[in-house]
Amino acid sequence: MKYFLNRLFFFLLTLFFALTLNFILPRLMPGDPAERVLSRFGGEIEKNAVEAMRIALGVDKDKNMFVQYGEYLKNTFTGNFGISYLHYPVSVKDVLSSSIPWTLGLVGISTVLSFILGTFLGIYAGWNRDKKSGMGLLVFSLSLRAVPYFWLAMLFLYVFGYKLGWFPLANAYSTKEQLTGLKFVLSVLYHAILPSITLIVASLGSWILTMRNNMVSVLAEDYILLAEAKGLDEKYVMVNYAARNAILPSITAFGISLGFVVSGALLTEIVYSYPGIGYQLYRAVLSQDFPLIQAIFFFIALSVLLANLIMDFVYAFLDPRVRG
Amino acid sequence: MKWKFGVGIIITFILMAIFAPFLTKYKPNQTVDLPYQPPSNEHPLGTDRMGRDILSQVFYGARLSLTIGISTGLIMTTIATVIGLISGYYGGLVDRILSTLTDIFLVIPGLPLMIVISSYMRVRGPLMVILVIAFTSWGSGARMIRSQMLSLKNREFVMASKIIGERNLYIIFSEVLPNMLSLIASIFFSSVLYAIIGEASLSFLGLSDVSKITWGTMLYWAQNANALLNGMWYWVLAPGLCIVLLGTAFALISFSVDEINNPRLRSR
Repeated sequence: MKYFLNRLFFFLLTLFFALTLNFILPRLMPGDPAERVLSRFGGEIEKNAVEAMRIALGVDKDKNMFVQYGEYLKNTFTGNFGISYLHYPVSVKDVLSSSIPWTLGLVGISTVLSFILGTFLGIYAGWNRDKKSGMGLLVFSLSLRAVPYFWLAMLFLYVFGYKLGWFPLANAYSTKEQLTGLKFVLSVLYHAILPSITLIVASLGSWILTMRNNMVSVLAEDYILLAEAKGLDEKYVMVNYAARNAILPSITAFGISLGFVVSGALLTEIVYSYPGIGYQLYRAVLSQDFPLIQAIFFFIALSVLLANLIMDFVYAFLDPRVRG
Repeated sequence: MKWKFGVGIIITFILMAIFAPFLTKYKPNQTVDLPYQPPSNEHPLGTDRMGRDILSQVFYGARLSLTIGISTGLIMTTIATVIGLISGYYGGLVDRILSTLTDIFLVIPGLPLMIVISSYMRVRGPLMVILVIAFTSWGSGARMIRSQMLSLKNREFVMASKIIGERNLYIIFSEVLPNMLSLIASIFFSSVLYAIIGEASLSFLGLSDVSKITWGTMLYWAQNANALLNGMWYWVLAPGLCIVLLGTAFALISFSVDEINNPRLRSR
């Protein structure tokens, strides 16, 4: 029980930290945030406009920091993130709710597939660590870790989308015609194939590496030697003795690596013009849409932290020792 | 074996950065031909939107890409080392605060945080990129150093120094630190890998000074000029391959150092 409370407390603390950072950052930067935003549009700035922008940003000079902070927290928890400048007059909340499902679908499915594939390859690479195939897989996964997601996305888009014409070049579904029912679903899947292959390939390296290293560590244990000495079937030892024990740290790593996958997905979405949260963040950064940037960061942090919390609980379920 | 390959790549790139002026007759920022020229004998990778030679940008880009990668790695490793050592050595309240802080930085996704910080910055030079990456990404290193400190601090030589009455800071940095140099080296090499990709990502988003030439800003301009749709795939391929090769080199060395630290990872 203490373990669960501990993890829950850490989750809340981290969330609070992310929220506070989101609040402090615009206020730490030199100058008046409202004037800074307006100066991007160029020209003379009217006093009224600055005043209105201050209120919109929540940096009203009549209110002290603590009042501003209280209002910020209240707004965040009631889902009131203000109005997006980029999509004016659409609220940030509406922009988010139309883009989050795309990212969750794309990143969610790709992450699970990549984790499964990478873990299996990692078991193989660990078991065959002295053979050429195992070494090859190791070097392959080390170099995959050095591949920027967005660069791989650009190359895939060029080869499979542009040159070979197998996949669409942009968007999450066909915008040429009104699609309904099954046709729409098929169009969505078709558009998701290339981005998700990119995410799977790009994140594969770390899953292989984590699992391979766990396997190699476990394989040095005495009980593996004993199992081999007993003359047990090789496959049986690999799966039931080694892999079963080696996978536990992989599950902890899953939570932390998720942050990397989400980060990589942001850039992948940009290359494929996939209308998820990463693409929105990119457009928000380009147009200095601070309310949207803040809200997107909050949601990315929230989702990664939640995934971490769930992983911690799953881990406790799998490994009774940590429950204490 | 693996590390030799890595060192070889890094030396090649360092030589390329130093001797860039001898490898090409063009200045990377100079308009030397018509814009968007296809590859030719004069310009093996063609020219960019301002008629600048792309190959010379690849050569000169190594300078800033390497500088940013290595100096970010140094700062990141220093933060990780200091926080990890102090947190592990003192224990108690200090440890609780520092290791909670470490865990927070470990789980908050790095790139979104970097994007948010950079988007507020008015000055977007290389120094800002270095500081933003270093200050957001030291978490995993600090955690590794802390656990190493926990296992070292009860060894006899630390006990002996305490009994003699050495100051705590002396014990931490002069007695314990030299015993984890290989771990710190491994953290440094993987930090550089992380920084190279981080710089490329931030530049690609236009969140660095895109008038400076790095492999990341080259990809930014290539994307902005729709290089791929215009058939200029080599403009994207060349700087990207450099990033991958350099990153792989650091990953290989980091992994080889890990194998020395942890004999269990070694092949039999």
